[in-house]
Amino acid sequence: MPELTATIALARGSEFALDVELRCPAGITCIMGPSGSGKSTILAVLAGLQVPDRGRIAMGTQVWLDRDRAIAVPVHKRRLSYVFQSLALFPHMSALHNVEYGMSDVPRAEREDKAMRLLERLGVAHLAKRRPRTFSGGEAQRVALARALARSPQLVLLDEPFSSLDRELRTQLTRLVRELGAELGVPVVHVTHSVGEARLLADQIVRLEKGRVVARGTPAEVLAGVTSLEE
Amino acid sequence: MVSRFYAERAEIARFAITLAIVIAVIAYVQSSGGLTWQPLALSLEIALVSTLLTLVIGIAIAVLLLWPKLPARDFIDAITSVPLVLPPTVLGYYLIVSLGPESTIGRLWERVFGGQLVFTFKAAVIAAAVGSLPLVIRSVRVGLESVEPNLVAAARTLGAGPVRVFFTVVLPLAAPGVVAGGMLGFARALGDYGATMMFAGAKIDGTSTGAIAVMDFLYGNHEADARQMALVMTVVGVAMLYLANRLTRRMHPHRA
Repeated sequence: MPELTATIALARGSEFALDVELRCPAGITCIMGPSGSGKSTILAVLAGLQVPDRGRIAMGTQVWLDRDRAIAVPVHKRRLSYVFQSLALFPHMSALHNVEYGMSDVPRAEREDKAMRLLERLGVAHLAKRRPRTFSGGEAQRVALARALARSPQLVLLDEPFSSLDRELRTQLTRLVRELGAELGVPVVHVTHSVGEARLLADQIVRLEKGRVVARGTPAEVLAGVTSLEE
Repeated sequence: MVSRFYAERAEIARFAITLAIVIAVIAYVQSSGGLTWQPLALSLEIALVSTLLTLVIGIAIAVLLLWPKLPARDFIDAITSVPLVLPPTVLGYYLIVSLGPESTIGRLWERVFGGQLVFTFKAAVIAAAVGSLPLVIRSVRVGLESVEPNLVAAARTLGAGPVRVFFTVVLPLAAPGVVAGGMLGFARALGDYGATMMFAGAKIDGTSTGAIAVMDFLYGNHEADARQMALVMTVVGVAMLYLANRLTRRMHPHRA
């Protein structure tokens, strides 16, 4: 089973604004913490969108980043998928083309079938030919998830993708993520504010405060007695 | 969502109406005494080729100017914008010095193509292009800056390298700026006088460009011809600027 290991340090001014060590086995790791604690920065660094001052990131046996050895695999060569908080669906492409965008390693002839199957699985096959501006919040989330999973990623990064949804829809999609994550059998790093979401999803919870890990463990260990964090 | 659909329809209607007005004015001018077509046709031809040329070069320079690691960005920005403020005679002078028969490039051109560059159709295209390039670069830049950085990041995480990101995400989303730049550049190229006069001469294969013809007509006592040419060029210019403004207003910059 591939495991993500990462040490990341990022300075802001003279102080280290972010200084964390992560070990994410297959399954869902929820990163929790107040705004500005560095949650989204961690995802950006794992994806390669941001370069830390010090750090090493390895996915299984592949080294994605090692500042000491000047290794930095570019974003597009890391096999990962990233669901942004803003979802970042391409507005000029249909749902189907959005999903197919990340499937460059799938033979052209099979792409449409595979993309359609994913859209069906997520309950949004009827949107295939439509463009994102006509989607509701929940529909857009599902298309964004389909697009992320279509890549057969080695690592899935979710940046509060459900924060704008109502509770019911959020629970529904949270279950779906849990299911899909288990099927893929890869590490899923999920940034969230919601204690409820974390309880439901997480195999491991990492709690951040001011750029440092203050607690880690199973939901029962970390969230014992916590009813709400910032929900 | 429905209103957006209609907004887009309205935009297309506006383009169609603008185009219809341009055609109507040309038809009116043509019916009332007949327009001398050759200069206008020559100008349109020069402007079209020049626009294609400036779009390719302008997009490349606009991308370069947005590249975060570019050294001396403000200086390069100033150099590429300077044709906006230089006298046309100075532009013409630089063209003759750098591309004329005495220059290295001019001599190389003559050896490869067997003829001089100055006083040809190509020279007129280059003269027109130099004046419109800054307008194209500016407009394309606004278009590129209007592309949401998150969409670029998303494309990269989906496995797209820089070239694929540019052609499949950045350029299509910057299209309004690119089209607006093309229109502004076209309008500017259509109206070029000074640099064309110096580098390509008053006549190309016996025909003047529209801009030069207005003066020929006026001093040759063909005032009606001058008026008609002025009217047609004004209408085309106004239409281009109007449409370019509409396109530019639809974009919202995301990056400073």
